[in-house]
Amino acid sequence: MRKSYLIPEFRVEIDHTRCRRCKRCIMNCSYEALSFSDRVVADHFKCVACHRCIVFCPENVITVRKNPVDFKESFNWTNRHRLDIWKQAETGGIPLTGMGNDLPYQIIWDHLVLDACQVTNPSIDPLREPMELRTYLGKKPDSLQFEETADGKIKLKEKPPKNIKLEMPVVFSPMSYGSISLNAHKAMAMTAKEMGIVMHTGEGGLHKDLYDYSDYMIVQCASGRFGVHAEYLKRGIAVDIKIGQGAKPGIGGHLPGEKVGLDISKTRMIPIGTDALSPAPHHDIYSIEDLRQLIYAIKEATNYKPVSVKIATVHNVAAIVSGIVRAGADIVYLDGFRGGTGASPKIVRDHVGIPLELALAAVDDRLREEGIRNQASIIAAGSIRSSADAIKAIALGADAVAIGTAALVAIGCRVCQTCHMGKCAWGIATQRPELARRLDPEIAAERLINMLKAWKFEIKEVLGSLGLNAIESLRGSRERLRGIGLDAQTLDILGVKPAGK
Amino acid sequence: MNHNYQKDISGCGLSGLISRSKKRIPGEVIIKSICPMKDRGNGLGAGFAAYGIYPDYSDYYAFHIMYDHGTAKDIAESFIEANYEIAKQERIPHKKTENIVYHPMLYRYFVKPKDKRPDSQFAELEGDDFVVRTVMNINSSIEGAYVFSSGKNMGAFKGVGFPSEIAEFYMLEDYAGYIWTAHNRFPTNTPGWWGGAHPFTLLDWSIVHNGEISSYGINKRYLEMFGYSCTLLTDTEVVAYLFDLMVRKHGISFNIACKALAAPFWKDIDALPEEEREAYTWLRMVYGSALLNGPFAILFGHSNGLIGLNDRIKLRPLVCAENGDMVYMASEESAIREICPKPERVWYPRAGEPVIVNLNSDEKN
Ligand code: SF4
Ligand code: SF4
Repeated sequence: MRKSYLIPEFRVEIDHTRCRRCKRCIMNCSYEALSFSDRVVADHFKCVACHRCIVFCPENVITVRKNPVDFKESFNWTNRHRLDIWKQAETGGIPLTGMGNDLPYQIIWDHLVLDACQVTNPSIDPLREPMELRTYLGKKPDSLQFEETADGKIKLKEKPPKNIKLEMPVVFSPMSYGSISLNAHKAMAMTAKEMGIVMHTGEGGLHKDLYDYSDYMIVQCASGRFGVHAEYLKRGIAVDIKIGQGAKPGIGGHLPGEKVGLDISKTRMIPIGTDALSPAPHHDIYSIEDLRQLIYAIKEATNYKPVSVKIATVHNVAAIVSGIVRAGADIVYLDGFRGGTGASPKIVRDHVGIPLELALAAVDDRLREEGIRNQASIIAAGSIRSSADAIKAIALGADAVAIGTAALVAIGCRVCQTCHMGKCAWGIATQRPELARRLDPEIAAERLINMLKAWKFEIKEVLGSLGLNAIESLRGSRERLRGIGLDAQTLDILGVKPAGK
Repeated sequence: MNHNYQKDISGCGLSGLISRSKKRIPGEVIIKSICPMKDRGNGLGAGFAAYGIYPDYSDYYAFHIMYDHGTAKDIAESFIEANYEIAKQERIPHKKTENIVYHPMLYRYFVKPKDKRPDSQFAELEGDDFVVRTVMNINSSIEGAYVFSSGKNMGAFKGVGFPSEIAEFYMLEDYAGYIWTAHNRFPTNTPGWWGGAHPFTLLDWSIVHNGEISSYGINKRYLEMFGYSCTLLTDTEVVAYLFDLMVRKHGISFNIACKALAAPFWKDIDALPEEEREAYTWLRMVYGSALLNGPFAILFGHSNGLIGLNDRIKLRPLVCAENGDMVYMASEESAIREICPKPERVWYPRAGEPVIVNLNSDEKN
């Protein structure tokens, strides 16, 4: 084998004077970076900084640091570029990666600040007053007709369309069974039920073990049609048609054959050990009319449950969404270019698509200009990192946000970006039984529930400080946001004033 | 330290009255009621709305317009002349008072849309809708011109000053109406200017408001979807337009519109029997962007009645009283006792509970 020109990204350091040689770190390192000869030794090349060894070392003697090797400095030829070239020079292939775009594009959320009440309109104390976060996703008519009885009771004249009820404006993003483990899915399902929210199955179908949770499931119909059958469609409370994904707009999905064991093969309805390739386009959707046909076919098949369409945020997103809404979608799922994924060509992940913030603002404006904002709900996704991002997304115009990476981080993910290797040391992005077992669904659910409860408190606290007691008063209320350090054009697209105005 | 300090009261004062049998009440009565609440304003705005004041022109829309300069007047008048039949046009009668030295030019026009009008090339709207379009047009595109009243047989009178000064300025003692509302303003978030004083009106809807609409941003964007432009730099304007949208355009009753603006809490909705629960749930789902959040007490006048409404947690005062044919609503009981010393009933409406009084009937809650 020829000598690799690459150098290790991390260095694993063990304090051998305190190490008791229990080998627990070695057992935990699914990347096989650690081994034992006399003492624990590390192959620094293999370390991905997943921190599993550190967390489980009983003596706390492991340190993982960035390899301090210096490169000749250059703003232009960053280490990233050099390392990528060396990899390409050695393999001739496209470097793959997991998780979201990590390039230092401006993160607009971090340049938006929220308002608060002082004096003239009192802030509201969320501990003493009701704070309402309930949100309904789906098509709503522009107006309603009521019948009123003499004693003041009211009733609807017509039955309105079905909607999805959320007790807080957060859902789990589509992460397929395949890309993540069944235990990770179970944790999300339990959390969704407990918190009164929903999860997406992603494109991998729905495992039988999760049928009990199907009231909290949005099922997905992606181009590969894996696991899509009549029962699956009927089980979900809504169906999501996946057109694109933020981390890899315009390209399909790929689950390598090694990950396709018995359970996945059954759930996805493909033979064991075969690659699950979902093509970039749906082969029955080459136009908006085709999309409309699929939307209505699904509605017919599901007795008119809400249909969602998920797209990646791209340059012309507002016009695309207008078409999607007119084609009959009840929910539009916007996935920004920082969204995570199990595996994506690095070049696509890092350079294709646009930031969610701008897309969201442009879409909400466009639907309002066309008077069709009521016809669909907007879910904003693609690296919602905190409740602050969620609040700002709602103020920009989202009905709810979807979280993927944030949910995985809550259950252990270190954002080491090697999900595509299938060796996730935390049992999340893996199908290896010995690793998947590491994730206890109940403990993971508890962590997720805690995180969401914390977000719920935080959202209520901010609403209270804004003098609002219902989330619908913040939705699209850009007046309560101000920009700092954003250029005039960005502010214009966001519909937000600069701070101080 | 001086413990005897005077608290600086912040907040506006409201007063309203209605004669259910359409007895016309002279202007002095409402003036007498609003003036004792002087501390609730700071001299930067006051106003009155009166219904039944133009019986001779009751078929005509009465446009009250303020102009900052002659050019604005010329442009607005040529638009009105081209599109409306004008029964009468004049300066709004007013007199010089000690404190009001500068004021915009104030005119009123009694008009009907012409059958053949140039603007119909762009919008073939009927009566009320065409008037709404005219108001939006003038207010947003003719710089220095503001239509501040556009209903039939009613009118708004407002400006920068204390209520007593505004009443004296417009000589309101010369008018008599069956519904009156009055406002004393303590502006906080917008400048004190003539157009910004209350009441806000559109067609025969008029509104006076104490509070601050924290949901203004989304209320405004919601209204824009239906063609309303909020040009008056104040949050009260949205309330008038929201009523117009829900009641006139969507045909919803006042009672239900109030339940959308000050919606019941989910916990109360969840406790209702199924049919009602569904109705209230959908009301919030569809009209969530119309929910008025933040503190408010409003009086909402229209040609057939008067409505009082508080926010969902009653962050602003509102008191009501009834005496025979008359119903009174005000920020403070003293404002009512001043003109009706011994009412038969006095009550404080609960948070979000609308008080709806209609003419010629005993309907109210
Ligand atoms: S890959 Fe993870 S477990 Fe292995 S050495 Fe590195 S940090 Fe430790
Ligand atoms: S899911 Fe696992 S492999 Fe992927 S980034 Fe997180 S810890 Fe790493």
